[in-house]
Parts: sequence; structure tokens; C-alpha cells
Amino acid sequence: MLLKIKRVPTVVSNYQKDETVEEGGCGRNCLSKCCIDGATLPLYTCKNLNKSIGEKSEAPVKFLESLVLGEWEDRFQRGLFRYDVTACETKVIPGKYGFIAQLNEGRHLKKRPSEFRVDKVLQPFDGNKFNFTKVGQEELLFQFEASSDDSRIQSFPCIPLEADSPSVVAINVSPIEYGHVLLIPRVLDCLPQRIDHKSLLLALQMATEAANPYFRLGYNSLGAFATINHLHFQAYYLTMQFPIEKASSLKITSTNDGVKISKLLNYPVRGLLFEGGNSIKDLSDTVSDASVCLQNNNIPFNILISDSGRQIFLLPQCYAEKQALGEICSKLLDTQVNPAVWEMSGHMVLKRKEDYEEASEEKAWRLLAEVSLSEERFKEVNTMIFEAIGLSSHEVAEEEEEEQSSMNNGFIRVHCPSVKDEEACI
Amino acid sequence: MSLAEESSDSVFTEKEEEEESFNRRYTLWIKEALDELPHNFTITDPFLSGHPIVFASLGFLKMTGYSRAEVIGRNGKFFQGPKTNRRSIMEIREAIREERSVQVSLLNYRKSGSPFWMLFHMIPVFGRDDGKVINFVAVQVPISGRDHHHRKLTSVGDDVSSLDHSELVFGSCRREVCFGNFVQHQDHRALPVECDDDEQGLEDWEYCEASESEKLRAAEAINNVLSVLTRYSELSGRLVCGKRCCLRGVDCLSSSLVISLGRIKQSFVLTNPCIPDMPIIYASDAFLTLTGYKRHEVLGQNCRFLSGVDTDSSVLYEMKECILKGQSCTVQILNYSNRKDKSTFWNLLHISPVRNASGKTAYFVGVQVEASCRNTESKELRPETKQLSVVGAVRVAVRSSFMVTC
Repeated sequence: MLLKIKRVPTVVSNYQKDETVEEGGCGRNCLSKCCIDGATLPLYTCKNLNKSIGEKSEAPVKFLESLVLGEWEDRFQRGLFRYDVTACETKVIPGKYGFIAQLNEGRHLKKRPSEFRVDKVLQPFDGNKFNFTKVGQEELLFQFEASSDDSRIQSFPCIPLEADSPSVVAINVSPIEYGHVLLIPRVLDCLPQRIDHKSLLLALQMATEAANPYFRLGYNSLGAFATINHLHFQAYYLTMQFPIEKASSLKITSTNDGVKISKLLNYPVRGLLFEGGNSIKDLSDTVSDASVCLQNNNIPFNILISDSGRQIFLLPQCYAEKQALGEICSKLLDTQVNPAVWEMSGHMVLKRKEDYEEASEEKAWRLLAEVSLSEERFKEVNTMIFEAIGLSSHEVAEEEEEEQSSMNNGFIRVHCPSVKDEEACI
Repeated sequence: MSLAEESSDSVFTEKEEEEESFNRRYTLWIKEALDELPHNFTITDPFLSGHPIVFASLGFLKMTGYSRAEVIGRNGKFFQGPKTNRRSIMEIREAIREERSVQVSLLNYRKSGSPFWMLFHMIPVFGRDDGKVINFVAVQVPISGRDHHHRKLTSVGDDVSSLDHSELVFGSCRREVCFGNFVQHQDHRALPVECDDDEQGLEDWEYCEASESEKLRAAEAINNVLSVLTRYSELSGRLVCGKRCCLRGVDCLSSSLVISLGRIKQSFVLTNPCIPDMPIIYASDAFLTLTGYKRHEVLGQNCRFLSGVDTDSSVLYEMKECILKGQSCTVQILNYSNRKDKSTFWNLLHISPVRNASGKTAYFVGVQVEASCRNTESKELRPETKQLSVVGAVRVAVRSSFMVTC
């Protein structure tokens, strides 16, 4: 049975139309062969980072952040966005976790909804559908890459768009917050929306390079509310903690490369947290292995890269499937909230005033609980993942005892392993 | 003005300001009085760029192995290191942003590089009359893992009457206690545990719970420091207290906004269009360096003090129109500085309205670029991009800072 849901896709580019076939030779200054000759874009190269150094001070705005914000503000003043996101009211919902709600009536078009297949996480790239080679060049901010040598950060104001695999940062014309951009690895290679090791590493490098814990990157797989089947990550600035970042976690195990894997506790969504590793690449590769496993097993998921690239949340979900099977109650459906990575992290964009006024921690929790995998299913998925990462299941001890030492402000602490855990290899 | 000059000038301004504002609030005798306290503590000023330490107690210096000169002006993160728990760092950061207290165990590093665990207890200190956060006071009580070792060892079949049982930590999550090393020590009855052994393992502890008595000590220290500050603030007439006594005034920026704005190293000001004559409510250090004025000379003033005889009035008119319409604009305007040479300079000024979380315009931002020193180096951002990046950074800071529910 083919599972489909109807929803209005988010418009991320001013050139994204209904899914019709393009006539040749567009004259719109896009990235396809028709327009790309002679196109130039600033290039930002970061060094191939090994391990991020601790912050030594209240870090001044770094170069990459200035580049993103400066170019974004330029497009903002040129009117390239569909609305002024800073004019959208936003608030923190009172409660222990501080879910963030935004009233954004302009994000979702009053359009006919499109059909999305939600039963296949892996779908081949379709050049006829909208993809990022069709964006106008004015929507691109700069090229981003990691250099092969260890030299310092370089930036070149005007580099021709290479024919060989430039990765670009573009604006999202329906932003959730100020500075909302898309990172599109190797845009001209037309990769479908699926995680591969090289691309996730690039995303992690961008997070590390930005060196701002309030600049996160996110990823939605197909079936987990990705709108466009062309590989991309999203990012934006929000200077406060996401609820998911406040959730406590319990360590499950560590890989041989020092990557620590924990599971989330006391959070409506069940998920894994990856951190540490002897290098950024080790952390990235472990998460990629896990993601590829989910993809191959047709399990939709979202990824949140947080804390300047030090923490990666992997969140499998099943909301779309439930929706297609008619298992979601109409009250939730009526909010028209599509729980993608930002919603999973606790940033809820609401389109109806009543949902915004009546937003509560309880409601947010209830929505996200529907999105999460069940405990049994989550355990099954973890087993699959650990096998794929190369950890046999007997090395992975499941925790029973939870130690909670909550403080006045309600934060719950990170725990350390109990006796049974892997540390027995003394 | 080269970048190097700019930065050394602003550091100089900062050091002066640190002294000035701390003494003005608490009088010149405050440091002596604080030095009489036995506790380990630091006092920071969120309104100075970088949220630096403005006072460090002798106990703190002894604990960390630094001299006073090495510590004053640093941000608290200076004492953190690679194994400091990220969650704890985040908690402290959020407590600062939300202007509330926090108590958390934290791994810090001494000057020698050796790590140690301590109970970190921080509180905001408010101005009594304006509800602003004047300082943050942080107390550090070392948590001695070795002592706990001793207690665990002596508790096995020994006389425990002398022990303070409240210090035995239940459900301790320190690895030594749970398994491995503890067993080892029990066999050998090795007392005391060697310093190196101890410190080798403790970096990897995920957490280190403080005992009840350590927590009490922290609370006591906080109270003592707060009493001294309160007493001396009474002498100067600018009272402080531990609780916010009145709602922060409309034109008072939150410390978290000030901290965010402090990260932006270019020259800019924020003005409030809702107050008559649209006064400056924030000025960056770089603005002060560029114009040669002191902070207290510009806050509350309209920007017109920068204009003079030869300033083109039609340009001023153009700016006024944009402000009324709520639009951005860029103008080239002749400004008069208060620098030693009282020179004039061409200011490529960009102004733009800035909204807060309610979606309404709360401020106007003005970003100044001295026309003569526009950087044409190819490796730098284009000057236009650099100027706009300030606007962007201000937008992010303003929007987020108003979302805190107090």
C-alpha cells in the first residue's frame, strides 16, 4: 500500500512553483547549465578542523557569522523574503522546558496541498521537480567548503561557481527565524535527500566554524517532513536553549573512537544523543552510519546539530505514517503543524492565532509524543543502529537505575554510567 | 584607524570603566572589604563587553593559582576546559541570560592545567532603584573527591562516629565509588590516595555531587559577599539587593541583551524611537573610540551631538524621513568627534528599525563606518556586508532577549 499525505509544502525559494515541467532556457539566473556560466559567489573556506578548542571568552562574532548575517540582511532589505519574520510574534511557553512558540501566518500558503509519499525514505532525485539548481542566484549567499590544507580561514569575495561540486548556502525565503539558511552540499551533483558521510561532515564543520551554540543545523529525511528531495540542511539563529537541549540523557555506550551515545530522558520524543569522539570526523561518521541504517530500513528521522557541533541528536519518527493511516486525532491535524526537526527540538511555528494564544507545554508535549516512536519500537531501532555502528548488542547495557538530582530551576543532570557498563574493560 | 589601534584603545577604555563603575557603585573601600572575606568568589559585570570578572577574591586566586592581574578582565569561561561538562556550561549561560541564580558542580582548570571539581553557586545582584542586574556574584566551593574516598574507606568497619554522615553521598555517580578503583583501594587500604591518581580519573567523571555541607558553605559565602556589597552600596547611595525590587525600567536593557550586543565589535548605537527625542540607549565600545566620547556622555542623548556646522542638513532631513516611515537608509554624513584632535570625519551611516519578540519596532540601530578606513583587502568582508552584519547581529540579539519570561 502506498502511503501518502497531503500537505502544503513550505516554499523555500522564490522560484519554487507547482510541480510542473520546466521549459528550457529559463533566463532567470538559476544554477542550471543555462545560466551558470560566468556566475560568481563569495567562497568561504574553513580549515579541516580536528577538535574544537574550548571557548576562552565571551566569543566575539566570528567571521562566518558576520558573513551569514550580513548577506542575509542584504537579501532582507532587498525584499527577497516572503514576509518579515521579525514581525512575527514569538514567546517562550511557561513551563519547565520552555517550548518556544511563534505565530507565523505567512509561512504556509493558502494553496492547494501537494501529495507526498511518506512510505519511502529513499527516493531517487527527480530533475523535473523543484530542486536547488532552479533557485535564483540572488538567493545564494556564498559557497562553503573545508580546505584540504590546515591553513587559516580564507574568504574570497568573488569566485566563479565551480563546475565541480560547489556546496552553497542559500536563503530560505519562508524563514522560521532571522538568518534561516539552507546548506546544500555539492548542489550541482543533484543528490537526493539522504545522509552521506561527506555531507554530514560538511554540516558539522559549518556548525563548528560558526562557533555559536545558538546557531544550529537541522535535517529532515523524506517521510519526516522534508519538503524537497534535494540534499539540504537548514540552519538559523535563536539565542536561547531549545527544550531538547535541556533534556537529560543517559549514556548507553561509547564507540572505539570515543563517541558517546546516550538516550534522551524526560522528553516527549525518544532519540539518541551523540557527542565526543576523537575528532569531528569520528562523531560525524558515527552519526552517518546510524542515519544510513535508518534510511536503509525505511525509518524516517530528523537530525539536530547543536552546541556548535558538539552534540548531535538523532530522532526517528512516525508521525507521517500515522497521519497517512488516519491515526492522528483531528485536533492535532487542525493545527497543521508538521513536526520536522525544529518542532521536535521544541520550536513550534503555529499558523493559527488560537493555537498560539492557547499554546501550553502540555499541548506541545502531547503533539511530540505522537511523533515519537514507541518504547518497544525505539529499542528495536537502537539494536539495528548499534549493529550498524559496529557495536554488538551485549556491549550495550540498558540502564535501569536513574539518578535524578534536580535543582531549584528544574534542570535535570547528566548521569554517569552504572556498574554494569562498558567501563568494565579496566 | 587600523584594527590593532582600535582594539587596544577599547581595552584601555574597558579597564578604566571596570574600575570606575565598580568603585562608583560600591565606593573605593569595597576591594579592601571584600579582601577580608575568606571565601573563594568572583564578581562580574554583565554591562562591560565580554562580561568580565571585575573582582576575584584572594581565596579564588589561591584555588586557581592565578594572580589578580591574570584574572581581572577575563570571562568565567577562561577557567573551563575540554572536559568541563557541556550541560553545566549551558546551564550557567542560561541562568545569566535569564538573570537568575544557579548552583551546579563544575570542573575547572587551574593555571597549572590540573582540573578540579567545585560547586559553583552564582546569583544576580540587582540595582534597587532600577531593577537592573548590576553584577553577578559567583562562589566556588571545591568538592574534594579525596575526602570522600577517605570517608568511604574509613566507613568500612571503622569508627564512624566522627563522620558527618550527611557527607556520605548516596547514589554517588563518581566512578571510583561505584566500581573499579574503589575495590582496589579497599583491598590495599591505601591511604591517602595519591594526588596524581585522584586527579587522573576525575576529569572523566560526568558529574560530582556536592555534599550538603558544601552546599551550605556556598550559600553562606554568597550571603556574606552580598552583605558586604549591599553595605557599601548604601554608602555610595546606589543601592543593590539580592532580589529584583522593581520591574526593570522600559529603557533599561537586560544584561543578556547587553552581553549579546557586546559580542559585536563594530561601531553602532541603539536608539529608542518610543521615547521623546529618540535617545541613545546603547553604544558599543567601538562607537566610543570612533567618536571620542565616554559612555555616560552619550547615553540618553540624541545622536545630533555628532553633527556640527558643516553637516549637511538635507541629509539629516532624509534620515528623519526614513525614521518616521520606519525604513532603512544609508547616508554619508559629516560628523564631529570629541577625540583629542577634535577632528571631523565622514561617517557612512546605516540606520534601520529593529523589532523585538512582540513583532513591533523597539529600536533603531545606527552603524557607523568611518569612510576613510574602508577595508579594500580582498580577504575581508565587503564593507557593505560588514555593516549589514552588525544590523543582523543586533536583530538576532534583540529578538531573542525579549522572549525571556520573567
